[in-house]
Amino acid sequence: MGEVSATEPEQGGTGAGDEPVIATRALTKRYRGGQLAVDGLDLTVPAGSVFGFLGPNGSGKTTTIRMLMGLIEPTSGTARVLGQPMPRATRAVLPHVGALIEGPALYGFLSGRDNLVRYDSADPAADPRTRRARVAAALDRVGLTAAAGKKAKAYSLGMKQRLGLAAALLQPRRLLVLDEPTNGLDPQGMREIRTLVRELASDGTTVFLSSHLLDEIEQVCTHAAVMAQGRLITQGPVAELSAGARGRLAVTTPDTAEAARVLKEQGVGDVVVTDDRVTGEPPDRDLAEVTAALVTAGVRVRGLTVERASLEDAFVALTGEGFDVAG
Amino acid sequence: MSRADPSAPQGRGELREEPQTARTRRTTFRASLLGNELLTTFRRWRTLALLAVLAAVPVLVGIAVKVETGDGSSAGPGGGGGGPAFLSQITNNGLFLVFTALAATVPFFLPMAVGVVAGDALAGEANSGTLRYLLVAPAGRGRLLLTKYATVVVFCVTATLVVAVSALTVGALLFPLGDLTTISGTRIGFAEGLGRALLIALAVAASLIGVAALGLFVSTLTGSGIAAMATTVGLLITVQILDQIPQLHALQPYLFSHYWLSFADLMREPVYWDDLTKNVELQALYAAVFGSAAWARFTTKDITA
Repeated sequence: MGEVSATEPEQGGTGAGDEPVIATRALTKRYRGGQLAVDGLDLTVPAGSVFGFLGPNGSGKTTTIRMLMGLIEPTSGTARVLGQPMPRATRAVLPHVGALIEGPALYGFLSGRDNLVRYDSADPAADPRTRRARVAAALDRVGLTAAAGKKAKAYSLGMKQRLGLAAALLQPRRLLVLDEPTNGLDPQGMREIRTLVRELASDGTTVFLSSHLLDEIEQVCTHAAVMAQGRLITQGPVAELSAGARGRLAVTTPDTAEAARVLKEQGVGDVVVTDDRVTGEPPDRDLAEVTAALVTAGVRVRGLTVERASLEDAFVALTGEGFDVAG
Repeated sequence: MSRADPSAPQGRGELREEPQTARTRRTTFRASLLGNELLTTFRRWRTLALLAVLAAVPVLVGIAVKVETGDGSSAGPGGGGGGPAFLSQITNNGLFLVFTALAATVPFFLPMAVGVVAGDALAGEANSGTLRYLLVAPAGRGRLLLTKYATVVVFCVTATLVVAVSALTVGALLFPLGDLTTISGTRIGFAEGLGRALLIALAVAASLIGVAALGLFVSTLTGSGIAAMATTVGLLITVQILDQIPQLHALQPYLFSHYWLSFADLMREPVYWDDLTKNVELQALYAAVFGSAAWARFTTKDITA
């Protein structure tokens, strides 16, 4: 352990170091019974990113997160978090990491505040003299100050989720691992989480966000990785991932039949007519010519846009499959 | 010896040691993981219920003896023989209720309570999922295991003292107090009798250390608190039965319950230490064996709950 703490990097709070915050090499976990949960994972999470970790239920996301947090020993391969090997360096690394893993877990017979006091006292790096203030600040940050004295078993699912988040935010963290953070939250709560994630990211915290909700990832993440059946399918900046799938040209018009004919003439492929919209794969030529052709043909164009490809399109293009639970 | 000046903070935290007063030391203990663990354990309704049951045993024994002997006859047929040790002497001296109550609770009630608390220690946390958050905090696996064991040992002492104090209170209320006669027939003063009672309580608490280690080991094996509690209490009953089978007498000196009643030897004059020492040695052996097994298991286990 001594050698481990000696190599601890002295990085500032910006987290903008060159070294990736999470780096795994050929990380593999085979459970007793032979089930291969994670298979040769090479994951790189750049410092300062909001990293979306995508995949259907049962694709190995949670097993990966547990290996990164030192809860599970990898069968083979290595995992480095904040530049140090896991699970060997848990004591040095984990005080800088806040985590919400597979939903919150609380002591129902303790109040919300006492739950946080307990988790804070479990961290040997946390100064007991400032514990009260830390707990109060964390409660305030997730909007639970008013309910802090209530027993946790009386909390709603959303409140429990908030309390779990508060536990992850007890200290200023360099890395925040959030596994399905919006589960059980109402739309208002989901919005608040997204705002919180953006806030933390702008403070320099790297956020590792696992989810099976694609639009959630798309709204907040700068980078993403996609897993399926224990394997990493792709990873990189979100913009690049979506760019892999082409956008679609969409024309809004009451004269759909005529518009569809003109668009086909102009080289637009896969033309689809729905209500008052005609969509298709954009042609290689200048869209101004397409617009002119439509207008010349007497089509009353109300709108013409190229819709950006969504991450979902990218995902389907990559895997050729839906978001079903792996068997 | 240079005292660090708080107005001139050092570059590194390790030199910023502050003079500790008794008050800050106390708050520091309460704020430590062990302090928090103790608070959490003794705030549980279940722990309090177990202690309440233990406190009720001497009350029941005391009232039963009082009612039985209300007409002036002595307790037990023929002045002793039936019932737990020292039962017949309670009417003469309330202090004997302490010994009787401990003798009545040590075979089952006390170890069962310890088995419940020890069995649930880690398995219960795994069951509710709080274990993963404690480890990610990071509590440290070895540190958490030691904290849990220390808490169970504190519970052993507390449970025994609850029985003893409850018995002493009931004994003082219902029966006269005064000098007492030891098993050897000599008379000792009340103050020395109280001292012996405290020693007996400590000997009984020490008897429970083996069950505590066994329960904690079982607790590392499963993710279900109920299963761990049931297994520990089941093992306790099995061992008690094995200890009664004459054909197994070669095995019996190694059963953790074998010397549990040796605490009565503290009431001899002079004290007969042989079995008391063997009991402590045996409990230490159980603590070492099952403590190591728990350590080996818990520090390498995959936490999937």
